Amino acid sequence: MVQLTLPKGSAPKKGKEWPKPERSKNVRKFKVYRYSPEEGGNPRWDIYHVDMDDCGPMILDVLIHIKNKIDPTLAFRRSCREGVCGSCAMNVGGHNTIACTKGWDEVAGSVISIAPLPHLPVVKDLIPDLTNFYAQHAYVQPYLKTDTPEPEKEWRQSEEDRAELDGLYECILCACCSTSCPSYWWNGDKYLGPAALLQAYRWLIDSRDEGTGERLDDLEDPFKLYRCHTIMNCAQVCPKGLNPAKAIAKIKHMMVERVA
Amino acid sequence: MATSAKNVRGLGSAGTGTQHHIRQRVTAIALAFLVPWFVYSIIVACKAGYAGALDWVAQPVNAILLILTLSAALYHMRLGMQTVIEDYIAKTGTKQTLLILSTFAVIALFAATILSVLKIWITAGA
Repeated sequence: MVQLTLPKGSAPKKGKEWPKPERSKNVRKFKVYRYSPEEGGNPRWDIYHVDMDDCGPMILDVLIHIKNKIDPTLAFRRSCREGVCGSCAMNVGGHNTIACTKGWDEVAGSVISIAPLPHLPVVKDLIPDLTNFYAQHAYVQPYLKTDTPEPEKEWRQSEEDRAELDGLYECILCACCSTSCPSYWWNGDKYLGPAALLQAYRWLIDSRDEGTGERLDDLEDPFKLYRCHTIMNCAQVCPKGLNPAKAIAKIKHMMVERVA
Repeated sequence: MATSAKNVRGLGSAGTGTQHHIRQRVTAIALAFLVPWFVYSIIVACKAGYAGALDWVAQPVNAILLILTLSAALYHMRLGMQTVIEDYIAKTGTKQTLLILSTFAVIALFAATILSVLKIWITAGA
């Protein structure tokens, strides 16, 4: 049966409330998920008060402020700080997003919660284990597959055919979509999830790729593809504004097209 | 200690799923027409009392449409039940048992409801 509540050891408990900054008028309260495998025990919610006059505009700036000025033990991934790498994907105020492009002024409420991406094993604090997610990406063979000998110069593609890849190639594999999908929560071991399927469609629709049939064969499965029930959380949370649900629907159209 | 690639590939692609998808959509299209007819007809038929309702079912067109509605609805239900069971029950044995039971339940409902319609139609003609 699907596990609807967290196991005993995973339920977060009340943590430490860090002191408020002195002589500051513009303070916001952040509730941050903390877990350290070395310390053991349950995860906890630590409370941080951040002086917003001393902090950049984004949630990532808040985390960097906390790490630099309040608590250096806080762990999170980040790299490009401009929405290109997808490293800082996390759950902010109940929505999956990438911290670097999410402004803290966009999040309503007196306390802003910051937690790791849902339903993944936690490595430490805000860092989830994405091993399975990456293996699912590898499963769809995200590269050009051809049998025709490689042209001397390059594989040609018309402008129209190239336009088919718009709305697909922009995916940064941040995992916001897959980890927001209830179907992925319940069957993440068998269902490939919106991110991997969007990548699959990116190669299925590529005019240069010759492996379309094999690719469809690999996806023809009640779990790998057909666990998508068009819940649409994926499209709602995608920080790049993409629509994985639409890509999945198009894969289903291709599946139907080849039998009828 | 399996690798992540081993876990994701699992037992491989089952090679099915599209037929289920097509059947689910086709029965849904049929029901989009049949259910409004069914709801409207039942209200009209019931207004005429028990005897009036029997007369309504006994009309061949109504009996045929009623059988089609029940068949499409029960088949659609079986497909939907399968999806729900597969979604929420991960244990193979339990899952397969529930799938078999849901098939039996749908076939039993089909037999009982179709027999009821036929009985009214046949006895009305006698």
